[in-house]
Amino acid sequence: MVSLNINGKDRQLDVPGEMPILWALRDIEHLTGTKFGCGMALCGACTIHLDGEPVRSCVTPVSAAAGKKITTVEQISTDPVGEAVQKAWLDLGVAQCGYCQAGQVMSATALLKATPNPSDEEIDEAMSGNICRCGTYPRIRAAIKQAAKGAAK
Amino acid sequence: MNVDIEQLDLPNLSRRQWLKGAGAITGLALTIGVSGLVRAAVEEPKKFGGDAMPGGLKDDALVFVSIGTDGIVSIVAHRSEMGQGVRTSLPMVVADELEADWSKVRVVQAEGNEAKYGNQNTDGSRSLRHSFEPMRRVGATARHMLETAAAAQWGVPVSEVEAKHHEVINKRTGKKLGYGELATAAGKLAVPARESLRLKTPAQFRYIGKQNTRNIDGRKIVTGATHYGIDTQLDGMLHAVIARPPVFGGKVKHFDASAALKVPGVVKVLELKGSNLPPLFHPLGGIAVLATNTWSATKGREALKITWDHGPNASYNSPAFRKTLEAAARKPAKAVRNNGNASAVLAKAKQKFEAEYYQPHIAHSSMEPPAATVRIVNGKCEVWACVQAPQATLETVAAHLGLKPENVKVNVTLLGGGFGRKSKPDFVAEAALLSQAMKGKPVKVTWTREDDIHHDYFHTVSLERIECALDEKGLPTAWLHRTTAPTIASTFVAGAKGGAPFELGMSAVNMPFNIPNVRVETPEVAAHTRIGWFRSVSNIPHAFAVQSFAAELAHKAKRDHKDYLLDLLGPARKINPDDISDSWNYGESPERYPLDIGRMRNVIELACKKAGWGRKLPKGHGLGLSLCYSFVTYVATVVEVVVAENGEISIPRVDLAVDCGPQVNPDRIRSQVEGACIMGASLALSGEITFKNGIAEQSNFHQYEVLRINEAPRDIQVHIVEHGLDVPLGGIGEPATPTIAPALCNAIFAATGKRIRTLPIRDQLSKV
Repeated sequence: MVSLNINGKDRQLDVPGEMPILWALRDIEHLTGTKFGCGMALCGACTIHLDGEPVRSCVTPVSAAAGKKITTVEQISTDPVGEAVQKAWLDLGVAQCGYCQAGQVMSATALLKATPNPSDEEIDEAMSGNICRCGTYPRIRAAIKQAAKGAAK
Repeated sequence: MNVDIEQLDLPNLSRRQWLKGAGAITGLALTIGVSGLVRAAVEEPKKFGGDAMPGGLKDDALVFVSIGTDGIVSIVAHRSEMGQGVRTSLPMVVADELEADWSKVRVVQAEGNEAKYGNQNTDGSRSLRHSFEPMRRVGATARHMLETAAAAQWGVPVSEVEAKHHEVINKRTGKKLGYGELATAAGKLAVPARESLRLKTPAQFRYIGKQNTRNIDGRKIVTGATHYGIDTQLDGMLHAVIARPPVFGGKVKHFDASAALKVPGVVKVLELKGSNLPPLFHPLGGIAVLATNTWSATKGREALKITWDHGPNASYNSPAFRKTLEAAARKPAKAVRNNGNASAVLAKAKQKFEAEYYQPHIAHSSMEPPAATVRIVNGKCEVWACVQAPQATLETVAAHLGLKPENVKVNVTLLGGGFGRKSKPDFVAEAALLSQAMKGKPVKVTWTREDDIHHDYFHTVSLERIECALDEKGLPTAWLHRTTAPTIASTFVAGAKGGAPFELGMSAVNMPFNIPNVRVETPEVAAHTRIGWFRSVSNIPHAFAVQSFAAELAHKAKRDHKDYLLDLLGPARKINPDDISDSWNYGESPERYPLDIGRMRNVIELACKKAGWGRKLPKGHGLGLSLCYSFVTYVATVVEVVVAENGEISIPRVDLAVDCGPQVNPDRIRSQVEGACIMGASLALSGEITFKNGIAEQSNFHQYEVLRINEAPRDIQVHIVEHGLDVPLGGIGEPATPTIAPALCNAIFAATGKRIRTLPIRDQLSKV
């Protein structure tokens, strides 16, 4: 048994400690908002927050989450910065297929929480781990800047 | 087997014609009714557009629209959503003609059923192009029925009422009845005849061509509430991961599952039989590990011990195959277009120029890898899958399970990207066979990224050779293009070689330049892996070659590239595709969709004007231009590149001028063009799959690199040519993709003087 705190709820999961958080979320908890993209921390589709820090859940074992708080895209709207990011995403029509966007939203939220007014270089730094095959990057950049203004209000 | 590739075309290839061969898993030969096709051509006028597609077009309002007494309007989206916005745009068309309030519209995804919905095959940039008019009629029909019901209630002629924004208004009294109040009565009325419908004028459009509707799935996407193919969860479901033959055509020699079965969570290990040629949409075979969760299945697969028989393609090596392509491209071959006498003019030309361009295999790598869930209860199979072709999926599954098609239901989930890969439901057939082997238990098959990249239906590898004879002004008097690539037809017809009409008709035979002697040849080379279609298909290699070559000719003639390109095109005029041996014309009528040189010239002028063509640039910067007519849409692109001292490439700006005819959803047109631009840049800079001993050498995003935000073009400007309904709709999902590589390579030449003829560009500019 592994004890996890997922989106504010304490959960007991009957999984081996080395199971990546991604699969515990998706297959055990049925929280499918967090996506599988590569399994090697190369694409960022699986990005979650662990105590507020963005991590790639496809390579982070559940054992590493013991005593920490897991936040997923399903919960991020309860964070004012997360909500501002989601609003900017909708206002600018960022998503195309949408598959990578959960990870993009989680990375962008983490960026804006740490750096409320990021430069282009800081956006590159924080977001270059998140691949979007549809090519929504210009709108992601614009939405992060818009969310930065929205969150500052 | 007697199959004439000439008779195959893409819409049918991807659909019905292979179906008789779907039983080929037992070795049945594919039989294609070529004689039937020929007979049909004689007896009936040739059909075009959506009418020529399997299932045709349907415009039954009772199928597509339902209205609740609460006024909620449900509209069926019968195409697959993969990021192009079709679940928003098609219902927008219906809602507009219906005068519905968008906030009261709900979208219902159609299951696979072409008898009911008409063609659902979501590829070929066809959804709006083909469904715009039927969906308008659907909306107008429902509007007429609501108006008729209101008129009856008030006892006035229909001419005295008017539907407006979810209400019908009595024009004389000003009284109003809401759609919800009228729904029951309207539902009892006869459906009006198509001829009696009164369609809106463009000035009356409320949503079409406007920017006032949002993506219907947007909110769910940013909150993680969407359902993609990989997200299906059913009670008691098993998760499967499959070890497939590493080489196409290989099979399992023997395997040992004992260690895999010891992995906690692993429930079962099963062998899946492979299929004979042609590959069609059959599973590749291999060893499946079924477990209680995906991770256990993956660990179980790692523990398998398998000895493979790699089969006949184990000697497929990309560097050697390039030499095969080059050798084939340097010898005369079958002509597929022959205007004038290019060979004779070339033979005695004083001035000649020739060049060869290489485009490697590429993989689709949609962010959601293929995934499907199937369960079978009492002989009825239900599928949940991210598929571009729900009807082909249904038929494939039925054939593999030995079920009648009516006993298979295909629920179409959202697609986390498609790009052509998810037109091929091999992964759904895998899940179906595994569910059947598990006595109908729900089984989800998930492809890992490595599976996706190793076992793609790859975009073909090609060598394009062009030779020209030049006059004293440096303009071509003869053009010889040998387009040399394994054909997509080989996926449907074992051993097929040479370009099929639908491949040749993508910027090879329909090369639009005003040259008196033109010859296009298609040498025959064999395929050694599964070849599929990738966003913009053969336009990718053809436009790279033709548009790079045009820039090379301009340079040789010491001319400005834009001026020279306009001279190559010649005066504004409309060319009948038949006159230049393009029998395909994207499946469209040559009269309705002629090759319009005026529109080509116009997009070139527009892109160049917006990009500031000819402006003075700092050292290391260059502007490059290209043009492509892809999926009956005209795109011209100007790329600005910066090549740093160390050879590093960045793209500060791209201007794309797009003429896709009338616009339905302008923001989604822009987003598709932006995305195609970035995908095109990604392919040009780093897109390459290579084979060594038959095995794809790339496995995940560290080896198959796709563009990231820091590398992407920074400023993408999309300029759309405005139209009324004076011309028919063009495609938009695909057309911009092939313009990027040639425009970028032309820009690099302008910046550095170095000509790139082999893609990807990767580190060809680095100074060692």
